[in-house]
Amino acid sequence: MKTELIGSKSGAGASCAPPLLELAGVTKSFATTVANDDISLSIAPGEIHAILGENGAGKSTLMKMIYGVLAPDSGRIRWQGEDVLMRNPAQARSLGIGMVFQHFSLFETLTVAENISLSTSQSAAKLSPRIAEIGNRFGLPVDPSAMVHSLSVGQRQRAEIIRCLLQQPKLIIMDEPTSVLPPSGIPPLFDTIRKLAEDGCAVLFISHKLEEIRALCHRATIMRAGKVVAAVDVATQTNRSLAELMIGREIPQPSRTPAKPGKRPALEIRALTHEPEDPFGTRLEGIDLVLHPGEIVGIAGVSGNGQKELAAILSGETSLSRAERDRVRINGESCGDLGPGQRRKLGLSFVPEERNGRGAVPEMTLVQNALLTAHPLGMVQKGLIARRDARAFTEHCISAMNVRCSGAAAEARSLSGGNLQKFIVGREIRLQPKILIASQPTWGVDIGAAAAIRQELIRLRDSGVAILVISDELEELFEVADRLQVLFRGRLSPSVDRADANSSLVGEYMTGGFLQQRIDSEAVAA
Amino acid sequence: MRMPWIIDARTSNSRLVPIIAPLAAVIVTVVSGLVLMSFLGVEPGKALYQLFIAPLSTAFNVSEVLLKATPLLLIAQGLAIGFRAKIWNIGAEGQLILGAIGGSLLPIWFNDSQNVLMLPAMIVVGTCCGMAWAAIAAALRTRFNANEILVTLMLNSIALQLLYYLVAGPLRDPFGFNFPQSALFPDVAMLPTLFGGARVNAGLFVAIGLSLVAWFFVERSMVGYKLQVGGVAPHAARYAGFSEKRAVWLSLLIGGAAAGMAGVFEVAGPLGQLQRVVSPGYGFAAIIVAFLGGLNAIGILFAAFFMAVIYVGGDIAQASAGVPYAVNSVLQGILLITYIAARLFVDYRVRPRRAISTMAVS
Repeated sequence: MKTELIGSKSGAGASCAPPLLELAGVTKSFATTVANDDISLSIAPGEIHAILGENGAGKSTLMKMIYGVLAPDSGRIRWQGEDVLMRNPAQARSLGIGMVFQHFSLFETLTVAENISLSTSQSAAKLSPRIAEIGNRFGLPVDPSAMVHSLSVGQRQRAEIIRCLLQQPKLIIMDEPTSVLPPSGIPPLFDTIRKLAEDGCAVLFISHKLEEIRALCHRATIMRAGKVVAAVDVATQTNRSLAELMIGREIPQPSRTPAKPGKRPALEIRALTHEPEDPFGTRLEGIDLVLHPGEIVGIAGVSGNGQKELAAILSGETSLSRAERDRVRINGESCGDLGPGQRRKLGLSFVPEERNGRGAVPEMTLVQNALLTAHPLGMVQKGLIARRDARAFTEHCISAMNVRCSGAAAEARSLSGGNLQKFIVGREIRLQPKILIASQPTWGVDIGAAAAIRQELIRLRDSGVAILVISDELEELFEVADRLQVLFRGRLSPSVDRADANSSLVGEYMTGGFLQQRIDSEAVAA
Repeated sequence: MRMPWIIDARTSNSRLVPIIAPLAAVIVTVVSGLVLMSFLGVEPGKALYQLFIAPLSTAFNVSEVLLKATPLLLIAQGLAIGFRAKIWNIGAEGQLILGAIGGSLLPIWFNDSQNVLMLPAMIVVGTCCGMAWAAIAAALRTRFNANEILVTLMLNSIALQLLYYLVAGPLRDPFGFNFPQSALFPDVAMLPTLFGGARVNAGLFVAIGLSLVAWFFVERSMVGYKLQVGGVAPHAARYAGFSEKRAVWLSLLIGGAAAGMAGVFEVAGPLGQLQRVVSPGYGFAAIIVAFLGGLNAIGILFAAFFMAVIYVGGDIAQASAGVPYAVNSVLQGILLITYIAARLFVDYRVRPRRAISTMAVS
């Protein structure tokens, strides 16, 4: 039996073949903003085509229209030379368009084959050999009978891709597929994508990571603020030229001086082992972490390896039992059993990874959101809210962080994710903390603003604040951190100094390499 | 399951929105009241007059409306503070009963007292009793995570049985021919009435005054703000270090205090003694009032007034047209349901699915 992936075999990478998908003048606007403005795009069979743009540039809206989730306001979509009206994703799939989402839609308690059979009419048993066959052919090894919860993120992604391939698509849309993978998982994915392209399947690859696009794609369409600013042949571009097209100006580089960390630790975790309350959470095991004033420590690792749990234990949102209070210390003071409010009084401030509903209340105004954690800065007098002070603080925060919004009275939900993040980071910095814990501080923030946030972190470090940055973007950690530790399956790697940190060592740690090392060194010690 | 329609949240709301839903609910309630009455053989014009105009036609009727608005207003203001924090106190009726019992103790025990401090003391004791009753639910919720909806609801029944026991036994008037009621209160234990012949009393001013306090508490105080964050975004409240336990305690205690005070005002006002029936369901009706007022202190002022009109109008229709007593409850029910339904259309957009998928690509 041969699984046929329909498509012209001759078209690999060629731009002269008749386009598989063509968009002309596609426009989509929402209540107040034009998300896509007059977008034109064409993709040939067998082409790997990048859609490059910052968050908020309109990439997802465009993909949703191609995949039939949203309907364009105007413009036309042409599929194999014919105008089509994409009513819903089912129709898109029947035409031969598949999509691999950034967030997986697999049931943890079913096997791979069972999950895949849910979206087709065939039984899991019948599908298994086909899954294995497609897996072999495209370098996607995954056991069809494995339970999804036992799979790594990379394996889950493979299952998603196989599910997509079973529909025999002519075009696959991949939404930031590398963002969930450790560095070692990226080359195999790229091999798969290249094989798909050789077979004549076109791939629409969405990303904002320039290296990857240059390594993989043939052509790139670059979007900025809802418009196509350029469609380029990737081979003729450098990282720098792509980035400048993407953000429309030069990228600021943060400047830094060597760290001068203090002697007394500002924050310590000693031999912490913690069972998560959430059954799908990660167990933290034997965590030792020391953070000094005047240094930035980065926690690297693919998300889902215990970052969430670690951050909640540090912030106090998860508090330990009284018996374990010595496990966490702030400036030498045991505080494992203290709640977030009391830890804030000890000088800790915290930027959480979720901004809506945790770092900020979406339904409330920015002034009210400033009060959330900044109220101790004289914004409460005799139990009443000092509204003028709160407003002044908010306005200061907005202008200092260059938050784009309609003013201090704007509701938090009216801001884009990146702008809200800038506001939250600005608010936490302005609390004048002694310790700042930032979880994914620049997630979803555009390049220029991310650089500003990183610069702010370095400035804060120089003023003697102890900073912990938890991020799954290695580039970011290499840029800001003085030391790095990697979290893998709830265990923390040894600390790596900035000078010794490179992607191969950290990449090895990110797949658990340090565990072997630790066992070896224990053996030597014994 | 795929529904033939799509519901999505409205993002841009105009300033009028908070008024649309309650207004729609009031209109639907008025219309359904008329329809209902015409089924019972009352012609619509007469029904409209009896239910909604007669209560406002004479000074006496208006005073009755204000009398009934007093407990509704007090209780709804207390409940709304908790509801904003998403702490669902359904036990205001029980807390009111406890307030009435607590408020009756002093005038029953010191029945011939002339002390002017009697009334303030009654208010303190009754309010504390209402709070204590609500505190049971708060303790069970914070200690054992027992659902406060169920606990407060069931405490209503317990409170009622406690009242039956007390008026039939320990607090019964020894010279009352074995009727299940207490002795009449002395004059110092009674709230002064506002004008001769009418029953509306000084409690109305207390209720309006406390409404302003409630508005100030919600809009301006840090504690009110913390409660609201806890209701809207519990994770943000935890992130900021606002204690959830404190929110549960505060919400329930405020609700209990308000209901307890309303209970005192009933026995020290229109009743003048402790009886088997101290409330025609004010504790439940106040839940509707709180929501109809948009959980906003000013909105609740209007909602309490409208609900009181329904109470009095129902009574008038009952007396003059012989419609059943249930008309009252039915109208209250329609009011709540239409309000909730109206909120769906105000907060969300409902569109047929077909219209979206066939949207033309021009």
